[in-house]
Amino acid sequence: MTVWSTYGLSDLLLFSPQTYYRLFELANRDAWPLQAFMLPMGLALLFVLVRRPAWQGRFAAAVLAASWLWVAWGYHWRRYAAINWAAPWFAAGFALEALFLIWAGIFRNRLLREPISPALCRTSVVLYGFALLLYPFVNPLLGHGWAQVELFGIAPDPTVMATLGILLTSNRKRPWILMIIPVFWCAVSGATLWAMAAPNALIPPFAAILTVLFLTVSGKR
Amino acid sequence: MTPPGPKYARRDFLRLMAAAGAAALLRPLTGAAQPHDVMTRPIPSSGEALPVIGLGSWITFNVGDDPAARQNCAAVMEAFFAAGGAVIDSSPMYGSSMDVIGYGLAKLGRRETVFAADKVWTPFMTDGGAQIDESRRRWGIRRFDLMQVHNLVDWEDHLPLLFEKKADGEVRYVGITTSEGRRHSEFEEVMRRHPLDFIQVSYNIRNRTVEERILPLARDRGMAVIANRPFQQGSLIDWAERHPLPDWAAEIDCVNWAQFLLKFIISHPAVTCAIPATSRVDHVRENMGAATGDLPDAIMRRRMIAYVEQL
Repeated sequence: MTVWSTYGLSDLLLFSPQTYYRLFELANRDAWPLQAFMLPMGLALLFVLVRRPAWQGRFAAAVLAASWLWVAWGYHWRRYAAINWAAPWFAAGFALEALFLIWAGIFRNRLLREPISPALCRTSVVLYGFALLLYPFVNPLLGHGWAQVELFGIAPDPTVMATLGILLTSNRKRPWILMIIPVFWCAVSGATLWAMAAPNALIPPFAAILTVLFLTVSGKR
Repeated sequence: MTPPGPKYARRDFLRLMAAAGAAALLRPLTGAAQPHDVMTRPIPSSGEALPVIGLGSWITFNVGDDPAARQNCAAVMEAFFAAGGAVIDSSPMYGSSMDVIGYGLAKLGRRETVFAADKVWTPFMTDGGAQIDESRRRWGIRRFDLMQVHNLVDWEDHLPLLFEKKADGEVRYVGITTSEGRRHSEFEEVMRRHPLDFIQVSYNIRNRTVEERILPLARDRGMAVIANRPFQQGSLIDWAERHPLPDWAAEIDCVNWAQFLLKFIISHPAVTCAIPATSRVDHVRENMGAATGDLPDAIMRRRMIAYVEQL
């Protein structure tokens, strides 16, 4: 690995910010009209999270797994791989996470929301709601235009942060296996944004750290 | 060993000034280059003349399959060729840059006239030959003019392959590259032990490390030098443009900071060519303007350094 030890973060940034943000525009164009389906699904999941019907865990797993699969193919494989030789690995990782979610959430029903503590529940809903409803405003607020919004189920960052929100209160014992890829992605995305001097660079890592800290101190074992 | 004394001799500057003299007479007032007056330097191992300003593709040409961005890159290449440019440099590390260059070359009908410089870079694989074939396909060219070992990755395996390809006529020149000061000791060792045609290093007015040993060694060994990252990935020129261009820059025919910074690089007698990367047509025209007119002599170079260091 001596080759990699000589590279700094900026050496591994292979593209310009313009090219990076244009990816979201192209991915949104590819996905249309999937956005019209994903937003209601995301809102329905938010509603279900609060009301906690018996089928909530399987519904959450299905929505999240579908989102991870789409991001793996529609974003990483189809778009990001054209400018980043690491993106096929990201696509594989996202597909793997979708399989984990299907296994844990649908087959084993371990994504049921548990009211472990009010603070954890609030954080879970806030993080999920932020990823679904507020994060899409970040790029337009930074001057990148509405065509380049990052949406839950289409772009990786909001999808990953929403998943972390769900995992915060899941009834799965030791949800760490489900968190490895989301936390890793938050680090990758944060580093990419940091190398581009993007003002929102710390948001994905902050979401990951927040989730890990809450899970650790909540006494969830 | 590098001889003691000045890093380069007055006669080198006189030779450069003479070469630039005729071109200066024809220099357009816009600061943009015209094909007929672009300065060239000989490749020491062959005597073939290369324009002193080339075109890098790191980051700027990695635009994927975005049609609008590809078209923009082709426009940059068109302006580059129109101004007399020839050398385009890329690497398998640069994402889709090779595909984008290939698109531009096909669109502009420049596959036969470009001086194609690429690299072999194998951190994930070992078959350098297969990678070179794939790179050639992506460029859409018959053969590479220059093939370099990128950042010395697996150079022990790749250099024999590249020399073999050179002997077979599959590449015309062989070189090695580094950037931002990586592995300079090993780089020097490879330069001493192998008959390279080219080396590629980072060199600019604020990063002059290679002046100490590598550039003199390249001259001693008869190796052409490509200077990469002339604007430090844009940060140097962004910084420079916050300050006034000195009035005396006109004495060396610079009308903007890009030309000031590039002329500093190409006025070093060991440097054959600098390869600024850009995604803007106006910038490539400015850059090519540095290949025309007068070049700074040793006194002027010291003045340029002093000015930049006091900013």
